[in-house]
Amino acid sequence: MAAIAGQKSRLTWAVNISVVIMVVAWLIPTVGLLVSSFRTTDQISQSGWWDAAFPVEKAFRDRIPGDGETQADGKYVLTGDLLTNGQNAADLKPGTVIKAFGTSGIKPSKYKAGETADLGDGGTLVVNKDGSYTATSTTSFEGSGPRVYFVADMPPAFTLSNYKEVLFSDGMGQAFMNTLTVTIPATIIPILVAAFAAYALAWMEFPGRGLLIAAVVGLLVVPLQLALVPLLRLHQDIGIGQSFLGIWLAHTGFGLPLAIYLLRNYMVGLPRDIIESAKVDGATDFQIFMKIVLPLSFPALASFAIFQFLWVWNDLLVAKVFLPANDGSKVMTVKIADDLLGSRGGDWGILAAAAFVSIAVPLLVFFSMQRYLVRGLLAGSVKGG
Amino acid sequence: MSPILQGLITIVLGVGGCVAYFYTSNLILDKVIFPPKGANPGRNINRANMVRPWLFMLPAILALGTYLAYPVVGSFWRSLFNRDGSQFIGLGNYEKLAVDDTFRQAVLNNFLWVLFVPALATFFGLMAAQLTDRLKWGNFAKSLIFMPMAISFVGASLIWKFVYANNPTIGMINAVRDYFHLIPVDPLQIPFWNNFFLMVILIWIQTGFAMVILSGALRGIPEETVEAAVLDGANSFQLFFKIKVPQIMSTIIVVWTTITILVLKVFDIVYATTGGNFGTQILPSYMMQYMFRDDGRATAVAFVIMIIVLPVMIWNIVQARKELR
Repeated sequence: MAAIAGQKSRLTWAVNISVVIMVVAWLIPTVGLLVSSFRTTDQISQSGWWDAAFPVEKAFRDRIPGDGETQADGKYVLTGDLLTNGQNAADLKPGTVIKAFGTSGIKPSKYKAGETADLGDGGTLVVNKDGSYTATSTTSFEGSGPRVYFVADMPPAFTLSNYKEVLFSDGMGQAFMNTLTVTIPATIIPILVAAFAAYALAWMEFPGRGLLIAAVVGLLVVPLQLALVPLLRLHQDIGIGQSFLGIWLAHTGFGLPLAIYLLRNYMVGLPRDIIESAKVDGATDFQIFMKIVLPLSFPALASFAIFQFLWVWNDLLVAKVFLPANDGSKVMTVKIADDLLGSRGGDWGILAAAAFVSIAVPLLVFFSMQRYLVRGLLAGSVKGG
Repeated sequence: MSPILQGLITIVLGVGGCVAYFYTSNLILDKVIFPPKGANPGRNINRANMVRPWLFMLPAILALGTYLAYPVVGSFWRSLFNRDGSQFIGLGNYEKLAVDDTFRQAVLNNFLWVLFVPALATFFGLMAAQLTDRLKWGNFAKSLIFMPMAISFVGASLIWKFVYANNPTIGMINAVRDYFHLIPVDPLQIPFWNNFFLMVILIWIQTGFAMVILSGALRGIPEETVEAAVLDGANSFQLFFKIKVPQIMSTIIVVWTTITILVLKVFDIVYATTGGNFGTQILPSYMMQYMFRDDGRATAVAFVIMIIVLPVMIWNIVQARKELR
């Protein structure tokens, strides 16, 4: 034990550091996307998101306006501000600092801010950090000031414009509503259907019960791909076609095996005494189910609900097949994968914002209900093994 | 009618309908068909109790039958017909698959996915579970590693498209290359290796799942076995690999097979990143290429996936039955 105690602090350090590395590695891709979603496409292509918190250097060109010249000490003088009154005023946000300037395009940063540049023929130009300038000349500017090049440190800037564009002009708002419309009924309906079946499989004795449980376990892994063609055919034959009703039914069917499996595993573990004594008191199975089993199974119901919610919300395959392909009924995953990745493939800011709109709700559900999710996972898998 | 309203009505009808069905069917059974009175009240109660389980399970059985059991047969039957379903061509679709280079590529790639993704996700998950176990901030670390589980495959693909972007000011991989003055590359276009770059996405998502389950299993190990090993002078590595891992082996297998099944179903990642180009096709995305265009071929691919899944399915059923006894 002594030897282990001696190594302990070194080992603890190693463990801490490896976990930090792992967490950072797992987190960084998402953080990158999140940061990018608040930057304009220009910013994204000018500097990496990891530099987003630092100022960006950018070069500009301007011409000092020649009107309003004054005379002092026998020289003609022009003064003004490049940042607020120049041609680039729209791009230059408050906090921009001019680092250097020049008088020709070949050497746009020949002079540091505050130095005096030579304009030739006795003329001078001074540009300060804050953008104020003074140009002098021995002859009149005659309405045309000198050309000036300057390099400025742009302060870090974040914008919500991507979100605005994605939600209101790219149709993600509509897609968000569609996803919500698909998800909520497809989460709620299978719960009740599955709960009754799970109760029968857990607490009723009848021939063929074992076989049915085995069938549920088997159906748990049937690849969805098999279901697509025959079911779409079936939906078309009975008049449902590609519609919201169709996708609700499909998700209900596909979610049932997991629901029954999870709920049965949980219900089997409920204390036998309670159910037996209720039976002795003359309660029917229906009453026992509604008044005792269902309320007691709340944790399992919650964990299945979260699973189904995340699964339906994030699904691409079922939505592509069972919903019509028109713009009005596209869900977010389809919208991103088929529309945005294709038509705005290079528009990283828009893509990032769209992705975040689609993963915001699942993340919220995930972090607020993680406890139930974990419990559900453990009930479904550890017992099975 | 707006879809949202339609959705609300469906919820009310669905939930109300379910409750009404269960309530009235039980009522009819108990009051009308087998009332507990008359000549044989005892026999009637027994009979009612024999029928009742099936009343409880009927909606679920109907839904499972229609949406999961029937398609297995339906898909196979459809795969025996030609493109528009007008002509029976036997195994013609399967023969066409066998000589298609893309299909062979997809099978090979899928084989790589099945080999690497479950193994690496389970491995990282096990490491994360063990390392975070005794840490004060372990639960916090766990929920961050678990977080990708909540993200859609499409969202995850987009997140990683950023990481892999060709432009060194966008993609981190190329930013690092740029730092060492290497020319930027597009990781998703490097033949063969691009498959692995895509697998990273799924490993990233599934590690959290493996971690949560394995961490539960690790906590379930009886303390005595660990204490005994410590007293016998086992070091941390021996403790982990020789005492803990063998005891949670069955859970490791469950995690492994669950991820394997998932790997065979996920088409989103390939679809949203490369679209199956540059030699990254896998079976689920290959199937989607033919979906809506050649249903015969699409169902044939789906059935091939089913056949690959079959051994795992049988193994799961055997395990479940063992547990029931």
